[in-house]
Amino acid sequence: MSKNGTHWSGDVFREMRARDIITVCTVPDGGLTQLLDLIGGERKMRLVTLTTEEEGIGVATGCWLGGERAMIAMQSSGVGNCINALGLPTAFRAPCLMLVTMRGQWGEFNPWQVLMGQATRPALEAVGVRCYPVDKAEEVGETFAAAADIAFNSRVSAAVLVGQRIIGAKGFGQK
Amino acid sequence: MSAQANVAPNTIARRPFVAELLKQRGTSLIACGLGSPTWDCFAAGDSPEYLYSWGGMGLAVPTALGLALAQPKRRVVAITGDGEMMMGLGSLAVIGDQAPQNLAVLVLDNEKFAETGRQRGLTSGRTDLAAVARGFGIANTMIVTELGKAGELADFLFKAPGPVFAVAKIAVTEDPWALPEKDGATIAHRFRTSLGLEKP
Repeated sequence: MSKNGTHWSGDVFREMRARDIITVCTVPDGGLTQLLDLIGGERKMRLVTLTTEEEGIGVATGCWLGGERAMIAMQSSGVGNCINALGLPTAFRAPCLMLVTMRGQWGEFNPWQVLMGQATRPALEAVGVRCYPVDKAEEVGETFAAAADIAFNSRVSAAVLVGQRIIGAKGFGQK
Repeated sequence: MSAQANVAPNTIARRPFVAELLKQRGTSLIACGLGSPTWDCFAAGDSPEYLYSWGGMGLAVPTALGLALAQPKRRVVAITGDGEMMMGLGSLAVIGDQAPQNLAVLVLDNEKFAETGRQRGLTSGRTDLAAVARGFGIANTMIVTELGKAGELADFLFKAPGPVFAVAKIAVTEDPWALPEKDGATIAHRFRTSLGLEKP
């Protein structure tokens, strides 16, 4: 929950609209469900469903080259798919904004998620992406806003890492 | 259909072929794939409307898609190679889904990883890229095997309602080096300036 008792997705959505982010590229994650629903329901925005997250780096860079703002939303395992692709916006000095919902980090049930849960931040930082981890629901909106402003104003790559502590671990029907 | 997608020998000389195509591009924006397609476009005559690439293999088509979405009034044509296209194959599904009417993709297919020593590529066998594109919902496709079809291909790439996808079966040739600007920030700046997005 965010400050006013609503889901953090609403805060992020407002900050996106305030910054004219038109296109959101995604391979969905459970933690992104509410946000993706909000985007899908907004006529002025465009949801681009990808086969793999790295495509989103290309699409978002292309959007910026064409004068529109875009971003990529993914789960932490998808970050591993993006590493080489992140050279593209860096080379063009294009902004690249990522919203990453963390898995394999806090009370994870599925061991297959743990590797990228641990590697997400160091891997992103190794390719020059500024990381903004956030572990409190009420701070996601302002963290997203700060990362977006850095990315678009300074034309750099920035990633908001939404902690699994906020999202919760998927239970897979187990106790 | 033969099980072998590629029955005709590749005869098209890439440099005059790409030059002939680009003569007819009008105001189309060109997103070049890394390596030879970038050299081909530059060799045909430099333009700020050519988005050159020196890296990011697999991203030429997604980048062109982003451009097409952001510039719906401009024609956007991705010109890339077979290895680059194969690495970004999933992006054709994304194009099939978004279906931008202003986007075309051309694969210059020599069936080789020409840039790295002419190793055999996956389109030299049973893979039919045009069939792949149709399978992803890009209904309008074209395969060209002769230099003389450049005019027809140009009409298809620059005028046919998109998204469209074409393959040109090109020969492996020894071409003189033609290297454009390699600083990405410079390429992006002049490209965005040509769109009126940045000041010169």
